[in-house]
Amino acid sequence: MFKKLAIGAAFALALAPAASFAAGGGEQHVEDYQFSFEGPFGTYDQNQLQRGLQIYTEVCAACHGLKYVPLRTLSDEGGVGLTEDQVRAYAAENFTVYDPELDDDRPAIPTDHFPENTAAGAPDLSMMAKARAGFHGPYGLGLNQLFRGMGGAEYIASLLNGYTGHEKEEAGVILYENTAFPGGWISMAPPLSDELVEFADGHANDVEAMSQDVAAFLMWAAEPKMMARKQAGFVGVIFLTILSVLLYLTNKRLWAPVKGKKG
Amino acid sequence: MSGIPHDHYQPKTNGEKWLNSRLPIVGLIYDTIMIPTPKNLNWWWIWGIILAFCLALQIVTGIVLVMHYTPHVDLAFASIEHIMRNVNGGHMLRYLHMNGASLFFVAVYIHIFRGLFYGSYKAPREITWIIGMLIYLCMMGTAFMGYVLPWGQMSFWGATVITGLFGAIPFIGESIQTWLLGGPAVDNATLNRFFSLHYLLPFVIAALVVVHIWAFHTTGNNNPTGVEVRRGSKAEAEKDTLPFWPYFVIKDLFALAVVLVIFWAIVGFMPNYLGHPDNYIEANPLVTPAHIVPEWYFLPFYAILRAFTGEVWVVQFASFITGGIIDAKFFGVLAMFGAIIAMALAPWLDTSSVRSGKYRPMFKWWFYLLIIDFFALMWLGAMPAEEPYATFALIGSAYWFAYFFVILPILGVIEKPEAQPETIEEDFNAHYGKADAEATPAE
Repeated sequence: MFKKLAIGAAFALALAPAASFAAGGGEQHVEDYQFSFEGPFGTYDQNQLQRGLQIYTEVCAACHGLKYVPLRTLSDEGGVGLTEDQVRAYAAENFTVYDPELDDDRPAIPTDHFPENTAAGAPDLSMMAKARAGFHGPYGLGLNQLFRGMGGAEYIASLLNGYTGHEKEEAGVILYENTAFPGGWISMAPPLSDELVEFADGHANDVEAMSQDVAAFLMWAAEPKMMARKQAGFVGVIFLTILSVLLYLTNKRLWAPVKGKKG
Repeated sequence: MSGIPHDHYQPKTNGEKWLNSRLPIVGLIYDTIMIPTPKNLNWWWIWGIILAFCLALQIVTGIVLVMHYTPHVDLAFASIEHIMRNVNGGHMLRYLHMNGASLFFVAVYIHIFRGLFYGSYKAPREITWIIGMLIYLCMMGTAFMGYVLPWGQMSFWGATVITGLFGAIPFIGESIQTWLLGGPAVDNATLNRFFSLHYLLPFVIAALVVVHIWAFHTTGNNNPTGVEVRRGSKAEAEKDTLPFWPYFVIKDLFALAVVLVIFWAIVGFMPNYLGHPDNYIEANPLVTPAHIVPEWYFLPFYAILRAFTGEVWVVQFASFITGGIIDAKFFGVLAMFGAIIAMALAPWLDTSSVRSGKYRPMFKWWFYLLIIDFFALMWLGAMPAEEPYATFALIGSAYWFAYFFVILPILGVIEKPEAQPETIEEDFNAHYGKADAEATPAE
């Protein structure tokens, strides 16, 4: 009896700090956006990725690089899905790279990567959607990530939507209040505004829509093989399940004469 | 060979006899896979096979990953992205290897706690237990160094914190730390030697696994009752046992397949769940992450490491009587390694003559509390080092040591064990009934 009480006490002790922890947080707000690529069945929305690419090219690329992403992967299956000609044109039109043989810059070709961009001191965005977790807890247990995903894309979209309009100057740097950014003040000026980017198909281009499009694109940039991975996941799970059933039946039959009947 | 009496390999043809008189390898394999195994083993006994599978998985995926990886501070992080983006199937290989480490530790913890509950560490299986602990230590070293190789932020700062532990050793600590790192700080020399050792240690583990198996093939497996197999004659032994092949091979393969369904689903659908987002940021010695958190499988011992601060009276006392040689930092290091050594000493700390926890009415509850303690410490290890977590971590750490150094020795004396079955056969028949051949028609 005493030991049962002891276990009960241990549980009570374990749960007590949880309550105080929950009361303390709440500063950082990440909205749980619904993305097409969430969950085991989720896939990338090709149109959304293409819009996101356009936003990245016209807005983000001014300060941020994508140095780990090869341009040729824009035509990969399960991703942005440009044609090879489109990739060639896109690379040449938008980026130049330094060629040591020419000792000069030349237009980018598909085998080049998106250029690095450190001019403004902005972080590279190649893995940004995996390098941030939008969801935490509860109580450090990580269960939220189990049910809602890591939340990297949600974090990016929330950040782009999270400007309150307040500014302050600190040590000569202007900081902008942002509800998604840890600490609440970010040095990046609000990058998006309504109708900043015009889409050829006339798709919605308010900040809310564009922030999700570019977050989806950055998720692809961070995890370009997601669709292939999930497919491998399904094939593996299905075949291993069949194998389990067969081994279960084999095992049952093998042991039947040894075990005999109960009772 | 001592051990349980059973049939041995008999070479029949001239060819077999020729080989057997020169290299008795067929006999060795036959004796190994036909080992008489207690027929009442329950599902907690499947994790050994899972562990063997994990070691093979990690070695095979690791060898292929190495073909594409570059151990240099300027290139390592980019080479991982090269694997993820350009190498055929590279993303799957890497995710299998990453999550394979987690499966490995899930399996080893269940395997260890199974041993602790059923008294598998007790005589005559102490050597098996000690070898197992050495394997566990090698696994921790391998996993830690493997986590450094992607050269992300957590790789770098984890390496800095953990190698810093050796710096806490009095007098010679700093020299040891410099020697381990190959320089004053974590840098290219560190990455290169960690890469070298990360490749070496799995083969040391493989060798230890052979010794581990050799040891328990000599003593025979423990079983849920803790009652030994009767070995007066082959006929007697056969009432308690079944050959490993095919009975336990098929059973274990079934269990492995079920575990792999879950494992494969994690790799396919949420491969980064057990990782830390900061490791997708390249290592930067100038930027310290807000929280440096080790991988989940180190957390219980990390919690013990951090629990003993300068404010704890035991630490102050140790510092006082050693004239300050044992400071809070070094005490924490001693506590962390001591927590593992405590487990290794279990065969000599447990005074009970009864092997299996099933028949120990008091032991059971203290054991369940140890499991809760383990998970509580795991959670506390991930929490910031502040109140109230620090106090809970201290209580949790104290219980860990109390279990091994106080509770196990005392229980053996004061506890009144319940009746155990006379034989394994009796236990087995109580669960499953007698075999058809022996059963009377009325049943």
